[in-house]
Amino acid sequence: MMKTRWQAFRKWAVQTARLCCGVPDYDVYVRHLREHHPERKVPTYPEFFRERQIARYKGTGGRCC
Amino acid sequence: MHSVATKPSPAAKILWAAIAIVGAWCLGVVALHRGEPINAIWVVAASIATFVIGYRFYGKFIEHQVLQMDPSRAPPSVLRNDGLDYVPTDKWVVFGHHFAAIAGAGPLVGPVLAAQMGYLPGTLWILFGVVFAGAVQDFMILGLSLRRDGRSLGHMLREELGPVPGVIAMFGVLVLMMIVLAVLALVVVKALTHSPWGTFTVACTIPIALLMGVYLRWFRPGRILEVSLIGLVLLLASIWYGASVAASPTLAPIFDFDAKALAWLLIAYGFCASVLPVWLLLAPRDYLSTFLKIGTIALLALAIFLAAPTLQMPAVTKFIDGTGPVFQGNLFPFLFITIACGAVSGWHSIIASGTTPKLIASEGQARLIGYGGMLMEAFVAIMALIAAASLHPGVYFAMNAPSALIGTTVEQAASTISQWGFVLTPDELLQTARNIGEHSILSRAGGAPTLAVGMAQLLHNLIPGTQMMAFWYHYAILFEALFILTTVDAGTRVGRFMIQEIVGLMYKPLQATESWTGNLLATAICVGLWGYFLYQGAVDPLGGINTLWPLFGIANQMLAAIALMLATVVTVKLKRERYVWVPGIPAIWLIICTVTAGCEKLVGPISFTAAAQKYASSLQSGQLLAPAKTAEEMQRIITNNYVDMALTAIFVLLIVTMFVFSLLALVQAWRINHPTAHEEPYVALASVAN
Repeated sequence: MMKTRWQAFRKWAVQTARLCCGVPDYDVYVRHLREHHPERKVPTYPEFFRERQIARYKGTGGRCC
Repeated sequence: MHSVATKPSPAAKILWAAIAIVGAWCLGVVALHRGEPINAIWVVAASIATFVIGYRFYGKFIEHQVLQMDPSRAPPSVLRNDGLDYVPTDKWVVFGHHFAAIAGAGPLVGPVLAAQMGYLPGTLWILFGVVFAGAVQDFMILGLSLRRDGRSLGHMLREELGPVPGVIAMFGVLVLMMIVLAVLALVVVKALTHSPWGTFTVACTIPIALLMGVYLRWFRPGRILEVSLIGLVLLLASIWYGASVAASPTLAPIFDFDAKALAWLLIAYGFCASVLPVWLLLAPRDYLSTFLKIGTIALLALAIFLAAPTLQMPAVTKFIDGTGPVFQGNLFPFLFITIACGAVSGWHSIIASGTTPKLIASEGQARLIGYGGMLMEAFVAIMALIAAASLHPGVYFAMNAPSALIGTTVEQAASTISQWGFVLTPDELLQTARNIGEHSILSRAGGAPTLAVGMAQLLHNLIPGTQMMAFWYHYAILFEALFILTTVDAGTRVGRFMIQEIVGLMYKPLQATESWTGNLLATAICVGLWGYFLYQGAVDPLGGINTLWPLFGIANQMLAAIALMLATVVTVKLKRERYVWVPGIPAIWLIICTVTAGCEKLVGPISFTAAAQKYASSLQSGQLLAPAKTAEEMQRIITNNYVDMALTAIFVLLIVTMFVFSLLALVQAWRINHPTAHEEPYVALASVAN
């Protein structure tokens, strides 16, 4: 019980921390690809990370003063 | 609508009544207590009670009546789910992400500057401003964007008000951004001037970030938390080693710069950082500063709760009459301009219509993220105000008043400030400087150093020890400098893309963001624009912050007014006219504040025009006015003031134009008897969710 709760908290913390840096959840993306675009190649986590890193600094705004 | 409000239980009613009574009592103590200094806990308790009540009642009212948020409706994250940008995400994850994006240096700097009028005016404006204006703006823009596929503020303005006002507002955003970058960079310059310790630690962030970038790219791709921990350890080591650098006769001079040199270094750095690949420097710094920011805000909260400092600053000082040394101008309108972020910040409307609406999993969660996130930011502003007000007022004014007023020696400063009624000895100033490991604390305007001294004292109360205070001071400086520089890098990059787009309209090849010519040229233009204002601030006789912060405040509140006007027009377009006052009153209040402040900066004793004319007439009669030492420098000061004047005029003109466009759209919508807002059609969440 304690262990699963701790794991859930850990997952939440990692997800929040990564999202704060503009990296969305990798598992969610892989699940999305498998479900909706089975023909596309699933990127590895490093590939996914690099693509997101570049994408983050292309848009407008992003952070406050 | 589809949502049904549940009736509160008697126990809940009693609880809310108790919170209201406690909150009113604390607010009464804060507002009415005179003579004896009060404890900061009263301010904290009053703030928390105000935020909780505002969130529960006004936030809920906006949610159900004005925006009519509907949890049964499918949000963009579900409708356009692509696993990347549009993803239904846990509400607390989105809350963390949204808060990290809106919290920046603004809420830390503004309240510190406003403390010159005492802690009461700032506290009241933050509390009421956030409940009735700031959080309303963030929440309503988020709500509008949620109903429009997560569209951006600019897109919504074009759709609801027309193409011309849309373009005008976006031009305003670009100018605002240049001012933001300049004023924030100036805060760093002010903090690092002749501070080898501070400059060394901030300089160390560059090799640390490069190392992190290489590590993330090749060694352990994507391990952000791990690499950030390594970075943090290295940063703390650099603060610790900084003390030896400052004490060393050979190393200290290498890191000892004046304001002008620091301005040039920052300009060069901003250029390089935004031209280099993002993974090398920009991104790793960003990770480090995001985590450090959240961690330090938590540390500050903990320190205030545990140390419970007494507020030494009077509730209201005599400077509400506009004669204050930190910034010029009366309480109205300049208090409402100086504290922008924390009470209401236009910049948030860009974030509330950016990534956040694409992540929210249900409209029912928008209040927590939009309204609640802004309340958190207001709490950060309250903490900054407490940190500044818990300092000895004499020390506060010594740090924030320009050298033109208090002189350059501790004796001059102590005697001038004592005459203002804040009795202080030269020894106290020397001792404070020695405690924090610096040579001088005089005229370090800009908020960061003051906050750092306040934080160092708070933390020193908790963890005593010799040298610890100096460590905490430089930690606080580093933390602010780190995330300000990240904003400068990222902002320059965004500005570069905006400029490439605009210039590309005239000459197509420049639009290609991969082309090196376009890249270098647009970056140079962008850096040149904010660099001009930064340099001007660095050589300003009154310290620069004095000139640039009001410009920033006016621009930021102008954007907030535009966002609230959009919300007002859409409320009418949805035929919910009886709630038009919810966004309408704060919009009008901000228009009044920005236009009044703008006009006072255009004509009258504290205007840029008056300053320019003063120097011009002296120049004509052959006299030199400090700090200018040559006729050429006099001429430069005159030009700078005219540039600031023109900029202020542009802002006033912009806000008036936007007001006219909004009013026209509003009257037109009022006359039509059916809704005309551009909302996406209703899709039931149950019909698309799997």
